[in-house]
Amino acid sequence: MNIELINISKTFQEELVLKDVSGSFDIHSIAVIGPSGGGKSTLLRIIGGLLAPDSGTLKIDGESIEFSKKYLPSYRRNIGFVFQSRGLFEHLTAMENMLLPLVHAFAINKTQAMEISSKLFERFGLTDEKNKYPFQLSGGQQQRIAIARAVAVKPKLLLLDEPTSALDPEYTAEVLNMLGELQNDGLKTIIVTHEMGFAKNACEQVVFLANKQIIESGDSSQIFKHPQTEELQFFLNKILEWKV
Amino acid sequence: MKETGSKEPSLANKAASAIFVAVVLIGFLWFSVSSVGLELDFTTLYQYRQRLWEGFLMTVIISVASLMVSLIIGSLTAIGQNSRILVISYFCRAYVQIIRGTPLLVQIYFFYYIIGMAWGVNNRYIAGVLILSIFEGAYISEIIRGGLASIDRQQYEVAKSIGLTRTKTLQLVTVPILMARILPALAGQFASIIKDSSLLSVIAVIELTQTVQEISADNFRMFENYLFVGVLYFILTVSVSILSGLLERRYNHEYRVNQYQ
Ligand SMILES: Nc1ncnc2c1ncn2[C@@H]1O[C@H](COP(=O)(O)OP(=O)(O)O)[C@@H](O)[C@H]1O
Ligand SMILES: [Mg+2]
Repeated sequence: MNIELINISKTFQEELVLKDVSGSFDIHSIAVIGPSGGGKSTLLRIIGGLLAPDSGTLKIDGESIEFSKKYLPSYRRNIGFVFQSRGLFEHLTAMENMLLPLVHAFAINKTQAMEISSKLFERFGLTDEKNKYPFQLSGGQQQRIAIARAVAVKPKLLLLDEPTSALDPEYTAEVLNMLGELQNDGLKTIIVTHEMGFAKNACEQVVFLANKQIIESGDSSQIFKHPQTEELQFFLNKILEWKV
Repeated sequence: MKETGSKEPSLANKAASAIFVAVVLIGFLWFSVSSVGLELDFTTLYQYRQRLWEGFLMTVIISVASLMVSLIIGSLTAIGQNSRILVISYFCRAYVQIIRGTPLLVQIYFFYYIIGMAWGVNNRYIAGVLILSIFEGAYISEIIRGGLASIDRQQYEVAKSIGLTRTKTLQLVTVPILMARILPALAGQFASIIKDSSLLSVIAVIELTQTVQEISADNFRMFENYLFVGVLYFILTVSVSILSGLLERRYNHEYRVNQYQ
């Protein structure tokens, strides 16, 4: 799968957040890294069809995405999105959270939807949680269910916006393990993350976004060893400063 | 249910406390009544049972009709208050402010004798329901607006991300979350409607209060009449709160679980 960004710009209340972001990526797994406020979430939401850019073009496999009310719902259906937190419907149990997109966005019948959901719950060790409401679940469980819900519909691409940033450290591993497993199955992912270990070892490519633009991108094996730009060197030094 | 940490009081404790409260309340009432030398005789009410029953029914009918109309008015104006079209937004806000800022009695006279006459609403029952609905609609509007504002925006973002259309989002996300949140307040408002409907007696709508006024003019047993009618209102409002308790449970558990069966 190829994603092409052509001069994508976005302004929020006079504040320029993305400035002519361009690039072409053959996706298997991409990690997006960069300082807070650099526009990572904004870019991810544009790619996911949740936010329209002010100008520029987004192409998936050579096809331009039309940011119109009519076209977007069906586009979004084929792209999974996992948020940093509070990504489950608060009024539904884990199982109902799984069923809702299957039944109401994909019109799969309930029996079949239940089957799909149960299988995923079982696979990821969530069976005991299926009748619990989000407020009864740990942050790690919530995120894993959110990921399971996103992959249940077999999306073409899964986007994750800092899926572990709001978690206690002991839950981070269980979420990342699940993701790694899904990536190995061939799921295409773009993940915004501060987990450099995951970016380096589990993702093929890394994109460094800062100062409203993509400053540097490349293979994860290379980019951490030999960062080319001063900005990335500075950023990596800063976040790896306290690493054990 | 969240753990509160405190133990549930024992059944004996509950029963003893309830009996104590009942004894104090009844004792207070009995003492007051007997110290003004009043002898209550409720038997005289029996001959008016047919009229009382009809008045009671009329109160129920007016209240239910007003609840439905005021829910419609309240929902529309709640959405309207946040409209980007300023004329609509100002209109809805002005409506809520003015209605909540003036007494119902004033509104009844004003709407019935001036607006009602001018626009040819002559049926006092229809006028009564409309006036009461306009009044209660302003409070319901605020309840709904507050409820909508309390919903986490992220829930809509999630709905969007899984590709739900706007209609489906309203039906599957907004309404269920909203209902669970505002049901207790709505039930309280319905109880207010029941009580407020008594004021429609001033335009001679023959509901419970008007009936009892007419009976009082006939039997001169003011205290018995009003005490009795007070009990009837209380039965209605208590039923509403029991019903709302049941509905709340439905919205919090069964409703959600049954949705997919
Ligand atoms: N909905 C919004 N309204 C206004 N400003 C926003 C909004 N979303 C993001 N921003 C601003 O855009 C900038 C980039 O935000 P974001 O894309 O969330 O960065 P990152 O995810 O890299 O931390 C920030 O300065 C943020 O305040
Ligand atoms: Mg972000």
